[in-house]
Amino acid sequence: MIENKKYKNSYNFAFIDESTKKEVRRKLLKAVAIPGYQVPYSSPEMPISRGWGTGGLHVTLAIIGPKDIFKIIDQGSDASVNACNLREFVQAMTGCKTTYDTTEATLIQTRHRITEEELREDQILVFQVPMPEPLRSVERYEYRTRQMHGEADYAKMWVSLYESYVRHGGIMRGADYPVKVNGRYIMAPSPIPRWDVPNLNQAKTLYLFGAGREKRLYAVPPHTTVEPLEFEDVRFAIEKFDSLCYKTGYRRAFLDELYLDDGSRQYVINDSNFLDKIEQGGEVKPFINPYIQQIEL
Amino acid sequence: MSALLRVRNLTKIYGEPGERTLEQTGPEWNSNICPETDSIVACAGVSFDLYPGEVLGIVGESGSGKSTVVKLLYFDMEKTAGSAWLRPYNDGRTNMLEASGQQKRYIRNHLMGTVYQNPRDGLNFSFSSGGNIAEKLIMAGSLHVGSIRERASFLLEKTEVPVRRMDDTPASFSGGMQQRVQIAKAIANNPPLLFLDEVTTGLDVSVQAKVLDLIRELQQELGIAMIVVSHDLSVIRMLTDRTLVMKHGRVVESGLTDQILQDPQHAYTQLLVSSLL
Repeated sequence: MIENKKYKNSYNFAFIDESTKKEVRRKLLKAVAIPGYQVPYSSPEMPISRGWGTGGLHVTLAIIGPKDIFKIIDQGSDASVNACNLREFVQAMTGCKTTYDTTEATLIQTRHRITEEELREDQILVFQVPMPEPLRSVERYEYRTRQMHGEADYAKMWVSLYESYVRHGGIMRGADYPVKVNGRYIMAPSPIPRWDVPNLNQAKTLYLFGAGREKRLYAVPPHTTVEPLEFEDVRFAIEKFDSLCYKTGYRRAFLDELYLDDGSRQYVINDSNFLDKIEQGGEVKPFINPYIQQIEL
Repeated sequence: MSALLRVRNLTKIYGEPGERTLEQTGPEWNSNICPETDSIVACAGVSFDLYPGEVLGIVGESGSGKSTVVKLLYFDMEKTAGSAWLRPYNDGRTNMLEASGQQKRYIRNHLMGTVYQNPRDGLNFSFSSGGNIAEKLIMAGSLHVGSIRERASFLLEKTEVPVRRMDDTPASFSGGMQQRVQIAKAIANNPPLLFLDEVTTGLDVSVQAKVLDLIRELQQELGIAMIVVSHDLSVIRMLTDRTLVMKHGRVVESGLTDQILQDPQHAYTQLLVSSLL
């Protein structure tokens, strides 16, 4: 193998080449300009397989700068294999500082969660999206779903919610609950729990979504209205936990169900950094929305 | 009284038509395939007026273009040429065939209904029958589950489908019931205009009679204008006031249904009447 001695780094900053970054950034600008609209983009292959976070990674690598402080979470955890590997990769390719601390980070990549702590104007949250098309469950053809988005023809989506109510007595969508962005496009918020959906609404942060397998980007700019689909008499609701976090006694957070060695069942805060901070008695500033406020402390 | 629907020179041609395609096809040539360009003239130069509450029949053999006319007017197909004005849409001043996709969808959902020969074309078999009706109501802007279900059960009752089967899929229904669910869906938003495309074909005779009775009742009760497409002259005689007879994509005769059946003028109509009565 011929060793590369000409340059200090054998890769370009942030791994992908500048023209790809330009392509992704241009498409991100379009995505921000049309909230909720899926923008197709192109990019070379990544050193991880498609569908394993490549979409999020494309976005992250296209927008990260040397001064960014990077955090990555996988289902709320900083310590899962997926999060660790991607964090190491981004760190090795950029030399950026990484962190677990949500408030310290300037750029956060996430898989299937929004942080419990409220995000600020100077932060960006990048979602990894497995299935960007919210209408795929009701319409299998891409050319038809694009037409439906173009004409705001969402009756089929609504009928599927109606059917869910008729069959199961409620809208049975745990994660990836469809939302309407800025009163126009229906968008898949990636498989975040219903708990996180209200935190998309009128947020201070820029939310960017990247789907690597289907090569689609979309965005929710700061202070954009995001409404979960609901009927006038069948409303959207967040998850209800019949218990509190067994480690901290905290109630107003998304909880994981744990089965302990003795067979008992406990709940624990899902967001690992949030849990650490509360356990250490640190100060936290969580998202507040009307749904969370209804939960008694 | 002004017409509810005015149709002028409605034409649909498959393939690349030549300059003389229209001259060299039609009943006189006994073909709707152009000998020069091989393009197929599904229908050409169809013009008629439909008045509020009137029932117009279109009769003809298979391949005569009668279904094409209805599909063009319901936007299931794109026209090659022609215009149509629907009075409730923009006061009948805009050619609805030139409207945008979104406008067409509005017209389809608010101002028209259609019942296809095959229930699979008009109903989504993975949704419940209530859900199928809900689709039309949702398209017209209703987002209240309670009132959707109320309206759906009212419509199913009206079309004599047992209301307790509202949450079953049409796949588990008999052919006649499926057809009645389609009718319930088609009239969900009280449209002024309804298209019926061979609705009784493929049903057995007693079920046919029931479906025809239902259509006649709805017509009298709600005063909906209808275009009934059928190759069956007895259906045409039972339902319609006026009739167009089509052959090879052209209208060969038109007039009052009774008159056409009693005293057919065109040779083809004479053949049709004599072979069926």
